[in-house]
Amino acid sequence: MTGAAALAIDARQAVPAKAVLRVDGLKAYYRSRHFGVAREVRAVDGVTFEVRANEIYGLAGESSSGKSTLIKTIAAAMRPPLEVVDGTVGFSFLAGGTSITRATSAEVLAIRWRNLSYIMQGSMSVLNPVRRVRRSFEDFASRHMGGKGAAFEARVIDHLARVKLDANVLDSYPHELSGGMRQRVAIALATICRPDFVIADEPTTALDVVVQKDVLGMIRDIQREIGSSLLLVTHDLGVHAYMTDRLAIMYGGMLVEEARTADLFLTPQHPYTRHLIASLPRIGDDTPRAGLSGSPPNLAAPPPGCRFHPRCPLAGDRCRRETPAMLVHAPDHRVACFALSGRGGTA
Amino acid sequence: MSAPLLELAHVSKTFGLGGLFSRRRIPAVDDVDFALRAGVPEIFTIVGQSGSGKTTLARMILGMETPTSGSIHLLGQNLAHIHGAGSRKLFMGAVQPIFQNPFEAFNPLRELDHYLFLTARRFGDANDQQRARTSTDAAMRQVGLSLVEVAGRYPHELSGGQLQRTAIARAMLAKPKLIVADEPVSMVDASLRMSIVNLFKTLRDELGISIIYITHDLATAYYISDRIMIMKDGRVVESGDARVVLAAPQHAYSRQLKDAVLVPHFKVQTSES
Repeated sequence: MTGAAALAIDARQAVPAKAVLRVDGLKAYYRSRHFGVAREVRAVDGVTFEVRANEIYGLAGESSSGKSTLIKTIAAAMRPPLEVVDGTVGFSFLAGGTSITRATSAEVLAIRWRNLSYIMQGSMSVLNPVRRVRRSFEDFASRHMGGKGAAFEARVIDHLARVKLDANVLDSYPHELSGGMRQRVAIALATICRPDFVIADEPTTALDVVVQKDVLGMIRDIQREIGSSLLLVTHDLGVHAYMTDRLAIMYGGMLVEEARTADLFLTPQHPYTRHLIASLPRIGDDTPRAGLSGSPPNLAAPPPGCRFHPRCPLAGDRCRRETPAMLVHAPDHRVACFALSGRGGTA
Repeated sequence: MSAPLLELAHVSKTFGLGGLFSRRRIPAVDDVDFALRAGVPEIFTIVGQSGSGKTTLARMILGMETPTSGSIHLLGQNLAHIHGAGSRKLFMGAVQPIFQNPFEAFNPLRELDHYLFLTARRFGDANDQQRARTSTDAAMRQVGLSLVEVAGRYPHELSGGQLQRTAIARAMLAKPKLIVADEPVSMVDASLRMSIVNLFKTLRDELGISIIYITHDLATAYYISDRIMIMKDGRVVESGDARVVLAAPQHAYSRQLKDAVLVPHFKVQTSES
């Protein structure tokens, strides 16, 4: 299909928006040396994508696909043994177009929370357990927003109303709140400074199904209201379908496919994406779903060539030797696969 | 008429909270009734969110908790009357668990084949090491692995999917009548989830094992269940044939659960084909 139908789903994309985040050829490896034995885990191995202004960009992948390493690098939260080996991570709000991976800690401190914030999976580990929620807001936000006392508190209460929380949560300790309320507090914390870019890492995985949809809806409403870009990382394709404008699939440290979310679900191209979408169980659908044989690649010793080839039904000789690049398949649709028509992969 | 495989009658469990004198009673499971017939293997699914009492119920069926009131009968025998090592061993052979996190279910300091051989010799039909080896290998092949893949390896050397399949193979070695699987796929990657779920169907259809599948995921529940029971706050709000219940849930809470399922529903009509 062409993009026209997908555009009708979300008219905002009709206007090409400028990129807020541009990741270019990023390689981030874990390098360690124990008793003279060097070990290198290629968790992110050549990733290129951009996130546009005011869009929700989804990143899907299973555990050990490198998605957590990727967002750690983007958020400038790298600690040894994680090293950026190659590539850049540019933000539009970072002065002089420097890569955040080379920014000084003062530069990172200046943009963190004001321009770049995150919503994490376990909100219990974001909120200080021995401080009331009010103090957490002061710790996180008052430095960036300025203002203290009643004026600051009025703004916090105003913002809490967006996630449908009362002012009295400010007097609670985190353990007194339910998981859903805590996560809403974390969302309010991450968005109160109206950042340009928000990273949400599995924001609802720890929540109950009934609460999950409400919390996701709140994240989306706030994103629309403050006009920030959101990078949403989760393994749950249902969440991506509900939330994201564009979606990228990660496998073995690399992106394998990226498209508008509707296109990715309707016309998936990469064999791995096709498998993921075909294996989603749906209520009311009795067709048998097949599992994928084999197991995810070991990133300390990845297979040569395409990292999916040991499990791929279409793998040919070329797939075992060379790594396919992400090429444009259709407007706003990139795929990394030799077996696609016209590339002469399966020989 | 033979005794049912499993019969729960008015089973309740309350936990006490607080100090000795100010105990609050929390009902975790409240008056639950259901039965699984003998000789008709089925996948019976218990759905509910956290705190609904589904795990407490599973622990009672596995004999890890005793009900505060009510009774649980397995093949006519009341679980409360199982005393002594002999009858306990018979019970453990008939009912086997599979837990959510396989990394917590296996001792990290023990080789995996050690566990498998132990189960084969204690509960299976193997009476020497050679027989244990062959029956273990057969069970491992049934789950798509083989004994050489796990021999001498420790749990952390396997992926979550491989380890969960090893846990299923271990449960099969005891030749159980019933497997209680508590959230068995919630820690497993999407590409492997369906292989494990399909494995449960194989266990039911080829080995005649009944399965109690506990989950919060209605989509996989629909895919494999014969019957479903929806729990909220320790009570059963709705139960019946899985297809009938999930097609048109009657109880308000069941409808709320079904509405909360995030399923991609991009219609093909949006394309120009």
